[in-house]
Amino acid sequence: MTSPWEVVIGMEVHVQPRTRSKMFCGCAIGQLGDPPNSNVCEICLGMPGTLPVINKAAVEACLKTAVALNCEIPRHTKFDRKNYMYPDLPKGYQISQYDLPMSVNGVLELDGRRIRVRRVHLEEDTGKLIHAGDKLHKAWESFVDLNRAGVPLMEIVTEPDLRSADEARDYAVALRTLLRTIGASEADMEKGQLRAEPNISIRRAGSEELGVKTELKNINSFRALHRAILYEVARQAEVLESGGTVVQETRGWSDAEQRTFSQRSKEFAEDYRYFPEPDLPPLELDPGWIEDLRRALPELPGARRARLVSQHKLPEADAVLIAADRDLADLFEAAVAKGAEAKPAANWIIGEVAPSGKFPTPEHLADLVKLVTAGSITRDQAREVLIESVETGRSPSDIVAEHGFAQVSDEAALLAEVEAVMAANPRAVEDYRGGKKQALGALMADLKKRAPQANPKVASELLLRLLG
Amino acid sequence: MSELTELTIKEAARLLRLRSISAADLVTAHVDRIQQLDRRVKAFLRFTPELWDKQADQADKRIKDGDPGPLVGIPMAVKDVLCVRGVETTAGSQILRGFKPPYTGTAMSRLFEAGAVMLGVTNCDEFAMGSSTENSGYHPTHNPWDLDRVPGGSSGGSAAAVAAGEAMIALGTDTGGSIRQPAALCGVVGMKPTYGRVSRYGLIAFASSLDQIGPFARCVDDAAITLAAMAGHDPLDATSSDRVGRDVLNNYGEGVEGMRLGVPREYYDVQGIESGVKAAIDQAIKSLRDAGAEIVDVSLPHTDYGLAAYYIIAPAECSSNLARFDGVRYGMFTEDAENITEAYMRTRRKGFGTEVRRRVMLGTYALSSGYYDAYYLKAQKVRTLIKRDFDEAFQKCDAIVSATSPTVAFPIGSKTQDPLSMYLCDVLTLGGNLAGLPGISVPCGMSEGLPVGLQVLAPQWGENVALRVARTYEESSGVKAEVAPLD
Repeated sequence: MTSPWEVVIGMEVHVQPRTRSKMFCGCAIGQLGDPPNSNVCEICLGMPGTLPVINKAAVEACLKTAVALNCEIPRHTKFDRKNYMYPDLPKGYQISQYDLPMSVNGVLELDGRRIRVRRVHLEEDTGKLIHAGDKLHKAWESFVDLNRAGVPLMEIVTEPDLRSADEARDYAVALRTLLRTIGASEADMEKGQLRAEPNISIRRAGSEELGVKTELKNINSFRALHRAILYEVARQAEVLESGGTVVQETRGWSDAEQRTFSQRSKEFAEDYRYFPEPDLPPLELDPGWIEDLRRALPELPGARRARLVSQHKLPEADAVLIAADRDLADLFEAAVAKGAEAKPAANWIIGEVAPSGKFPTPEHLADLVKLVTAGSITRDQAREVLIESVETGRSPSDIVAEHGFAQVSDEAALLAEVEAVMAANPRAVEDYRGGKKQALGALMADLKKRAPQANPKVASELLLRLLG
Repeated sequence: MSELTELTIKEAARLLRLRSISAADLVTAHVDRIQQLDRRVKAFLRFTPELWDKQADQADKRIKDGDPGPLVGIPMAVKDVLCVRGVETTAGSQILRGFKPPYTGTAMSRLFEAGAVMLGVTNCDEFAMGSSTENSGYHPTHNPWDLDRVPGGSSGGSAAAVAAGEAMIALGTDTGGSIRQPAALCGVVGMKPTYGRVSRYGLIAFASSLDQIGPFARCVDDAAITLAAMAGHDPLDATSSDRVGRDVLNNYGEGVEGMRLGVPREYYDVQGIESGVKAAIDQAIKSLRDAGAEIVDVSLPHTDYGLAAYYIIAPAECSSNLARFDGVRYGMFTEDAENITEAYMRTRRKGFGTEVRRRVMLGTYALSSGYYDAYYLKAQKVRTLIKRDFDEAFQKCDAIVSATSPTVAFPIGSKTQDPLSMYLCDVLTLGGNLAGLPGISVPCGMSEGLPVGLQVLAPQWGENVALRVARTYEESSGVKAEVAPLD
């Protein structure tokens, strides 16, 4: 059954660019879990008399992102003050970009669909409040941690081009991959380096008008993003179907309760009194610099995925998984260059390397794939060899030789073991000969236990011959 | 009165080098003078004995080691908006009572490195908003030439300290005239540099696009020496120019022979100018002509709109700059509020004075959605026109001369009930801030027994030109800043 509702989603993503220091001062970015107010100075504390200075590395990361998203980059850009008072905002204003953002009108290709990017701009993060009690207004005591205050953020805003929770999640994942590939951000959602805030509305299928939207916050994983959107779409549909109206508001996602809840009504839109930041002269972006950044861009994930399919004949699904991570894709291509067969190399990367995060050298991976393909070791043995190779840095061939892991493929050598298995399992032998072919499984399992180094293919052929 | 408190930097430096006096002697003479007079003048808010002991001691060591720096051992007063590590700095406001900055601003640390000795913190209008120092959250300062009159403002404490011989030099800040106007009213030299010449790092902001730090002194040479020591690029201030600071002294001693000096008719005949002031300016212009300058008429046609534009832009920026004073991290905090919004409101209502609250409200209004275009944006356009006025005028002349203030020092309390009349005090100075120009005020005689100031404005980065005109005037006219006859 098709739904009568069409879902319209625009995404606002805040990404922390990869920089050593904060947006406007020399403070280290620090780690999650650092003692409160340990990465602060008079500037990010908003002490009287202090001034901001633009972090060039943050501008570069933002421009790289803009270039990778095919944005237009105006020559003139500037910072503005967004004024509001809150205890997590030490200056009483956030330095952001308003009417002349660093870049506009980009696009991210998502499985053949073009998701338009409205703007990518730079701003600074706020601090964090910890309340003893519920919210700020009800808390008995509130604590301010300004470690995050002044951390650079890129805000990447799409047009309302996404049409489902799946698509919104895929967009966020694709964006993360892109950011990691170009080295603009580590984009780790759990570390708060990537925060996705979907703006969601629904409308009657076929309608051109946009419905009233809600903005979702507190989303800290791709899974939560997906679920929060599904929940919110269903909630809005229920409201509309029961004759109600959707209220324009910010809603929080509760992972514990798996639902969204109203946080802040936007009925009375806050007036941020934006005006040009007088402490920072407008930036004149050198087109030469932007060209250099464009030339230095690595192959982007979309192009690489396509090439993994066309050049290495990988199935689309494998290509998607490998191209999603620059390190995995680099390992894959290097291993293939060292002589590994493509598909088995992809299998090892997807099955073993990606989940463990433990990377062998391309030479060692190629070596391992060759050992398995040649039938010299079993898959189970290969798994152990891989782990040992990563830990010790020695080559799989050396490890196999040392452990005597090499598979036994010689029939004469296997004969005694096979005979022993048959002697130990007379019942299974009888069953098999009596027509219960599945009894073979039990015999092979026992053989694997007694002779792990046996080449399974040679051993099973031998067994079948003796049984027959 | 000890004559050590009447010295210029050059005279003091010579005596120090000859070991006729020590830096400690120089400090002691000024401290004695302060103890003798400041109960009446009230130029200072607080004193820094630990600093002056330490710095005078260091200065004497440097002199012993043969350090020829002109500022070594020179006693200096610092306006209460300039941050010095560990020294209570309150911007003349109760809201910052007890605040001790954890860092020292760039201009101050450069002067300390040059050997200046800090005597204390001088009074000013709260957050530098005012023209009489009566808006101080602590007490008014009195004009050393007539204790019933204001010293001007906002840097009135610094001007009065130098005029009274309580400090040899002092630092002020100038957003719309806050150095030049009190310098004029107190009969001392005061200079506002080109916007971007001196780092604003450590200056508690009033209006970021207009504020500049500058010196007070009793002669043009001293102002030039002090400015040169603090000028120049600072990586901590993105609006500071990368020009070499010592540029301000280029060709500075060369006189005005062949220079064209412009007299803007809008300034010359400004509304409310006192006849005594006008007479003193006429005399000054004559003296400059006698020194070889050509005097030309120029026009600054948008002068009338300057005041209005200024009173949009400055409050707009201040409404944002002052948002950080919320009581959460430093300064005053009122207990027992029901919630954070109430805590903000109570703290700010109690901590800020009337004029500051008025400007925060004006600025908030001017930036509000629906009003931004009509006020802030329009004011910025006027600002561009005013810059253009100056550009065109400087096609016809090398520098502009005028009165600094239309009036001499006025009686304490005479304008406090009428903010607009107070705002008009800056009508001849704020154009220089809107256009980012360097300007200096030098004493040019007396009217009704009170000092009159001559303002010299020069093109951007033309501090050397302004200083050159001012110094030539000082030399050729024989009019010198004097320590006010207080005893």
